[in-house]
Amino acid sequence: MKLPSPPLPKALRRTPPRPGENGGRNGRRNGAPATTPTAKDQAVEGVAGVVGWLDERTGGSPFLRGFLYRKVPKGTNWYYTLGSATMFAFLSQAVTGVFLAMYYEPDPSRAYESASRITNEVFLGEFVRGMHRWGSTVMIILIFLHMGRTFFFGAYKYPRELNWIIGVVLIVLTLLMGLTGYLLPFDQRSFWATIVAVNLNSSGPIVGPYLADFLRVGSEFGPTTISRFYALHMLAVPGLIAVLIGAHLYLVAKLGTTAPPWLKAEKKDLLREEV
Amino acid sequence: MADSPQKFDKQSRYTEGRGIAGAFEGETVTRRRLMEGTALAAGGIATMAFALPGLGFALGPLFEDTNPTRWQDVGAESDFNDESYVPRVLNIDPEVGDAGKTTIYVRKFNRDIDKVVKGQDPQPYVVISTRCAHLGCPVRYIQASQKFVCPCHGGVYDSQGKVQGGPPVRPLDRFYTRTRGGRVFVGDRFSLNSQLERFAPRDPSNHLDGLWQYIYPSRPTT
Repeated sequence: MKLPSPPLPKALRRTPPRPGENGGRNGRRNGAPATTPTAKDQAVEGVAGVVGWLDERTGGSPFLRGFLYRKVPKGTNWYYTLGSATMFAFLSQAVTGVFLAMYYEPDPSRAYESASRITNEVFLGEFVRGMHRWGSTVMIILIFLHMGRTFFFGAYKYPRELNWIIGVVLIVLTLLMGLTGYLLPFDQRSFWATIVAVNLNSSGPIVGPYLADFLRVGSEFGPTTISRFYALHMLAVPGLIAVLIGAHLYLVAKLGTTAPPWLKAEKKDLLREEV
Repeated sequence: MADSPQKFDKQSRYTEGRGIAGAFEGETVTRRRLMEGTALAAGGIATMAFALPGLGFALGPLFEDTNPTRWQDVGAESDFNDESYVPRVLNIDPEVGDAGKTTIYVRKFNRDIDKVVKGQDPQPYVVISTRCAHLGCPVRYIQASQKFVCPCHGGVYDSQGKVQGGPPVRPLDRFYTRTRGGRVFVGDRFSLNSQLERFAPRDPSNHLDGLWQYIYPSRPTT
């Protein structure tokens, strides 16, 4: 059985030596000295070896090839990059968030001090915090542009309804990230915005007051409110978002993308010519 | 039995009767099916073993009173009068520092202007919470117009804390009070409907009048 060749770019693929030439199998078997491989040859061999080793053990290359080199319809344009842009905004948030978590302390008496320490004292702290703070806005803008693109291009229609639903859940989770992250700097604006936001949740009938109690951990803003928001912001919601992005991408690869609505289906006049 | 062609009954209780290969006499469930069931049950039990305690851990605080009654001294009886409000600071949650503090307005009970609700003892002091009944922003008392005004969305209350305008859904909350040895103590919060009848404390935005009150239940945490 022939294994599929690993998805290497052409420059990295090794051309097999012609039979009888130096370096070919025959030459080596006869004890003739092969030409010394150049550094480039060795590098290529090394990379190809590692990729081949992985591929032989995972069978991943057909999957990767199907995922990365899939066909896209005619008329695919820059609007189709909004989904990837949103994903990269999320990745940027995840990476900067991990680094912020190294200095941030989710405790009502330490939160404000640790956040201002990140801004004022930590090397590049202001930059990383700024990336996270503005990146959140960028991500929300991008995710809505992406939804608009999907809507106006009719890309939510059969068979892609499930992907639309997953996308809507992702928007809600992204907004939840914004809500839970807003409290963490713990300044006056954070505090009162969270009071108002939790009371907005409380205005829902029947379950609303319980939802507010869940978010606050009790009937009043208490010592564990901030750590609850922190856990939701750091672990629960990003985990869900990552899983759902995986499902979203799987469906995109599985179902393919749609052509823009202004392109009409092409008539297959080729068949007539061939007759 | 060997001579006659075997007849299987798909509805039979026994695997033998249903003609399943390798069936034992008297067996009702195939071994494959039993193993499937066992694996699923074991997985289910293992999942519940961590999911249920986790869920209880996260949701537990919903069912306990996290704010036990604390009577706080807010000043001597002579500090207050029955005509105008005196602002004081109340510590709702001492564990969160300044975030747990709130302003209250204190006035002596005045039989001429304060309504007595049938069946409910009037409190010796009228202590108005500054938590707006719309979404919880802090209201301020304007002495000149004798109104409480909220800076966030324009809620306006009269000097009794009744809604006069804007989005709030019920009057401003109040607190229980008592006097001991010439000092005024402030205790738990309570909410009021538009007739100034007392209710268990509700969150801002929760109605207490008409049919609306039934979709905003009183919770165990308060």
